[in-house]
Amino acid sequence: MIEFSSIEQMLEDTRVSGLPLWENIMRSDCEQQGISEEISRAKMERLLDAMVAADAGYRADERSASGLVGGDGGKMMDYMKNGKTLCGDFISDVMAGALRMGECNACMKRIVAAPTAGACGVLPAVLLAYHRHFGAEDFGDDEENLVRALYVAAGFGMIIANRASISGAEGGCQAEIGAAATMAAPALVQLMGGTPEQMAHASAMAMKNLLGLVCDPVGGLVEVPCVKRNVIGAMDAVSAAQMAMAGIESRVPPDQVIDAMREVGASLPHTLRETGKGGLAATPFGKKYQPKED
Amino acid sequence: MNLFDILGPIMVGPSSSHTAGAVRIGSMARALLGQQPKTAELYLHGSFASTGAGHGTYQALIAGLLGLEPDDPDVPNSYALAEKAGMRFSFETRTLRDVHPNSVLIVMETEDGRRMEMGASSLGGGRIEVFSVDGLRTAFSGELPTLLVQNNDQPGCVSRVTGVLADNGINVASLQLSRGGRGGSAVMVIECDEEVPWNTVDEIRALPGIVQVTRYSLEVNQ
Repeated sequence: MIEFSSIEQMLEDTRVSGLPLWENIMRSDCEQQGISEEISRAKMERLLDAMVAADAGYRADERSASGLVGGDGGKMMDYMKNGKTLCGDFISDVMAGALRMGECNACMKRIVAAPTAGACGVLPAVLLAYHRHFGAEDFGDDEENLVRALYVAAGFGMIIANRASISGAEGGCQAEIGAAATMAAPALVQLMGGTPEQMAHASAMAMKNLLGLVCDPVGGLVEVPCVKRNVIGAMDAVSAAQMAMAGIESRVPPDQVIDAMREVGASLPHTLRETGKGGLAATPFGKKYQPKED
Repeated sequence: MNLFDILGPIMVGPSSSHTAGAVRIGSMARALLGQQPKTAELYLHGSFASTGAGHGTYQALIAGLLGLEPDDPDVPNSYALAEKAGMRFSFETRTLRDVHPNSVLIVMETEDGRRMEMGASSLGGGRIEVFSVDGLRTAFSGELPTLLVQNNDQPGCVSRVTGVLADNGINVASLQLSRGGRGGSAVMVIECDEEVPWNTVDEIRALPGIVQVTRYSLEVNQ
């Protein structure tokens, strides 16, 4: 049974059990929670359906309460229609999806925290774009694959939460967008048919590339730069997954990368951990939105 | 922690602590009062006060008082719903002593004039903690079935209450005691591993020295 405290232990347990990684993650969690696989799967399907519904509910004319964000997902979709994007169809679609979900969150619409609300765009952006570009014609035929990918993402997320943190207030943005990318990269490898080892390397490479990312929201709001950081998290996951599928490995073992994230997070000053007092929040622009101290 | 603490909750944005947690605080207050308040005064502390407007914290708290869940798309429209439901509310900023930055004190009154005061904090990820009830210190999360027993501070109350629970096969997960002063009013917060049936609650109500018993069940609050 997976204890969700180490990627190495998770891989070893999966080798011994002979089960696919996603199934081992699902069974271990069911055992620990004392719930049936049926209930677990129903919950996971509900999360996937909520992601699809949230994405479909995006409206480009909506703005956040502060007026700082909204409409960028629409701009990206319009730009894609001219057919001459720099990034190509798939990556452009990933970018648009991440913007849409981040903006839905900022505009008080219903989203799925993954692992947090601020980072809710990364996972659905890559999973749903993968389905649209490389998956089955009919969503129903792809649902099982996407649910399996979500189990992989959640399994890696548990290990990040247990070894380090998934809170910007504790570990900076590397623990939110960074964690989301570290979950999304192995989920993509799962969809592409890679091995558990490739999933582990994908997660490590995704995390390494966002190590040190600070949490510096303008006005303390989940808007600037949070929405656009969902784009970089999703792109990070895509590149890490492709590297892993090409056989590229992380030189630093995956568990040690997560430990480094925890250390870096603990070293970040208070001003760069969701207090809205450092980084972009402390620029002349950011200061205009700083809340009044009471 | 389990997989669905990592993926989920499904919630109305933008923040699990300032929005989803705020809805849960409102619904906890409603559950402890046992009904929808007629009026509610909300005193916002710290980050709830300073960044609450941009996070929809105000609407989220009212949505919870109206019984909405954190994933209800109507959370942002809660003011209009409150007006329709005839619930009056007001907000003020107040510095509360020794509490988490994301905290609020809610003073509620029912249709028939019963008052209740609850202080709660949003700890992150949508998790909450009730830190006071009617001015007495508490620390419970609503993650387990919970009994709130308000009693006179006199010998034997605790053993009589836990005795009734034991007789009914209910295991106590945690027990907190707090009182205003010696011989005054006191509160017991009992988190249980099982749901406490209503007839057990009635048995506790009938014990000497018991002023009020509030039952918080996961069955209606999930």
